[in-house]
Amino acid sequence: MFAFIVSRVLQAVPVVLVVGLIAYAMFAFVGDPVTIMLGTDYTEAQRVALVKQLGLDQPFFVQYAKFMWAALHGEFGISYRLARPVTDLLAERMPATLELALTASVFALLIGVPMGVYTGIYRTAFSSRVFMIFSLIGVSLPTFLIGILLILVFSVWLQVLPSFGRGDVVRFPHWSTGFLTTGGLKALILPAVTLGLFQMTLIMRLVRAEMLEVLRSDYIKFARARGLGTRAINFGHALRNTLVPVITIAGLQIGGIIAFSIVTETVFQWPGMGLLFVQSVQVADVPVMAAYLVMISVLFVLINLVVDLLYYAVDPRLRVVR
Amino acid sequence: MSCDKGCVCYRHCYNEWGVLEMLRSVLAASLFSVGLGAALPASAATFRWANDGDANSMDPYTRNETFLLSFAQNIYDPLVRRNRELKVEPALAMSWEQPDPLTWRFHLRPDVKFHGGEAFTADDVVFSYQRATGPGSQINSNFSTVKEVKRVDDLTVDFITKAPNPILLQELTQWGIMSKAWCEAHNATQPADLTKVKEENFATRNANGTGPFILGTREPDRRTTLRNNPAWWDKPEHNLTEVTFNVISSANTRVAALLSGDVDMIYTVPPQDMDRIGHTQGLKLAVGPELRTIFFGFDQSRPELLKSDVKGKNPFQDIRVRQAFNMAVDAKAIQSRVMRNQSHPTGLMYGPGVNGYTEASDVRHKYDPDAAKKLLAEAGYPNGFGVTLDCPNDRYINDEAICQAVTNMLARIGMKITLNAQTRLQYFAQISNPGYNTSFYMLGWTPTTYDALNSFFNLAGTRNGVRGVFNDGGWSNKEFDDTLDQMAVETDAARRQQQIERASKIIHDEAAFIPLHQQTVVWAYRSNVELQQMADNWFPLRYVTVK
Repeated sequence: MFAFIVSRVLQAVPVVLVVGLIAYAMFAFVGDPVTIMLGTDYTEAQRVALVKQLGLDQPFFVQYAKFMWAALHGEFGISYRLARPVTDLLAERMPATLELALTASVFALLIGVPMGVYTGIYRTAFSSRVFMIFSLIGVSLPTFLIGILLILVFSVWLQVLPSFGRGDVVRFPHWSTGFLTTGGLKALILPAVTLGLFQMTLIMRLVRAEMLEVLRSDYIKFARARGLGTRAINFGHALRNTLVPVITIAGLQIGGIIAFSIVTETVFQWPGMGLLFVQSVQVADVPVMAAYLVMISVLFVLINLVVDLLYYAVDPRLRVVR
Repeated sequence: MSCDKGCVCYRHCYNEWGVLEMLRSVLAASLFSVGLGAALPASAATFRWANDGDANSMDPYTRNETFLLSFAQNIYDPLVRRNRELKVEPALAMSWEQPDPLTWRFHLRPDVKFHGGEAFTADDVVFSYQRATGPGSQINSNFSTVKEVKRVDDLTVDFITKAPNPILLQELTQWGIMSKAWCEAHNATQPADLTKVKEENFATRNANGTGPFILGTREPDRRTTLRNNPAWWDKPEHNLTEVTFNVISSANTRVAALLSGDVDMIYTVPPQDMDRIGHTQGLKLAVGPELRTIFFGFDQSRPELLKSDVKGKNPFQDIRVRQAFNMAVDAKAIQSRVMRNQSHPTGLMYGPGVNGYTEASDVRHKYDPDAAKKLLAEAGYPNGFGVTLDCPNDRYINDEAICQAVTNMLARIGMKITLNAQTRLQYFAQISNPGYNTSFYMLGWTPTTYDALNSFFNLAGTRNGVRGVFNDGGWSNKEFDDTLDQMAVETDAARRQQQIERASKIIHDEAAFIPLHQQTVVWAYRSNVELQQMADNWFPLRYVTVK
């Protein structure tokens, strides 16, 4: 068990190194941060001095090695745009992103699973068909469009929810939360629905497909023959057996939600890490972009590790000596 | 979609809040008026506005960016500032004189206090000068002609220039004065040093000026709040007690925030939403010309163009080709079709509002594609030639669409233009110094000194490392350079005006560039707000009132 974890962690090292390398190579094509930083009206000498100061005159691999060496020590440099340490910036914005991702995931599960069960059991009912059509919209509409539509309906027309931002937050030394104020909770609704809608429809369709599969299986027939109640059969036997793949997918999707909250955060001006990344790309703020990408790659490696360990725990067949 | 019930409720609540605020301000005013003699206007209010980007630092010396400098001036007063008509007026300096052509003596305003309580003196001015010209500062180009700044006494400072500088005052209006004691106490005597990775400069997120507003909370990229400075030296024209500035980068969301009443004003309005906002009850648009001039330039320095099918020579070195290009571009058509009339076509490299501009001198080459075709043929290109037009696609209003239109217009005289539109990050890295890897390019320029010389000097002067840094095409003309040298030291306004017009005439006669237009500034706000739209795109909160 211990050896397994160690080997997975060791495998993660080249992944992070390669992500860092690719990210750094990409930045060469993003553009030049210097002309943006200097603004209008600068002299040649000023430009040369800034290039030198930022170390941009050094060869690519030297820059990359320096970045990785510093990152190893937990230093990601200072943002070109905001002139603040990148670690501070990411730490400040992480609570917003994590709270949004958590809310979106909970929303997706709480709505998606019951809807999946319902459409699985009553698959010919009219309401099931409505749900299925609704889920098709959720899968096919792009996130930004859903976000804008929600803003139009709930902020501009009905004026019941804020159109942007995170509302009021309560601050703790290392965390800020919007869960404790009415304003914060109201501000959370639209972005969380936007971000969670795709996952919700995905989970709903997954649960439905699994339910259809399981309801056809022999042990459900036996359960019926034994005279068990419908509720016990549907939830006690059928649903439980559909949950293994659902948990796996939902777990992996959390990583996706965090990494791809970029669009939702941009539409709702949600002050999280995704928005920070987008704003950094616009001005080629290399330290922030590099740190964000490396962090996301570490996150994915961790999630995959956890998922692997879950398989290990759930499925005894995997415990064969490797 | 006009305002519905929710909107009415919102206003109602707002009014109640306004009454409370009014009571509070009346109380505050009666308390303060005894000591200060200057009371707040009777009503007072909260003002919430949004922009697509943040003022990236609260330190006014870290970036030479319009938005940052404009925002910072709500907190940091300059020595001299610009009024509603962009004319220079006294601020922290009450008066000034020139004892000799190289010396400007400023008499400072007495009894001015920084927000932190420190008294404002000549030492702060000298210190601010050193900080603004020292390492880490990006605003030192404003002081290129200043040799030194000397303290004479507590309330008098001398600026000594290297040569007579007729526009020194113009160059000082964007320069906010910082407190020496405060900077020293917080280890912020230099602007943020980007090589220091661990510590943050104190002035990046904190501020201490003498201005009309005091920095409240600062959350970068999210929200910044300001509150009224009751001890401000000037009589306030605004009636704001609280100001909340939000960053909303998505254009749709920004407009939605205005429509839903979450903000009172948006600073950058997407062109496609202008009609909608204009037709919404309870909202207003402010539309005015901007100082920035959009123009095209040609590579005239290389013996052979980098991106052209003409080999062995540079067609743009032939004046007839440049004239033909000038005559083929129909600025009026671009104004009506591409810019939806939101532009001011121009024949000059600087627009109305810039010192030196006169309507009489603003003459474009006549639009005449047939004559242009003839000129091209005379120059030896009866069938035109191929060249790449470099163009940004996220920098100026409709930049790519304008380039597309110009490409089509030039096709009418037989030119085969390949359009290469890129994001500004890639674009400026490619066409700017030191590479200047372009043959035909688009650029926009706002003279930071509000004076024509700044445009001439940077865009058209012969490159020498300081002059002509943005002369991306490398045009060079001796007579023009000499005129600039005279202009730089000419103190007689009438003679200087003649020199400016002579320089413009040289550019026109040589067809050195294709000046196109000044774009329009568009702001949108609720009808209960009054504000002053400035042609330099600055947004001074001191002119905002909320009813």
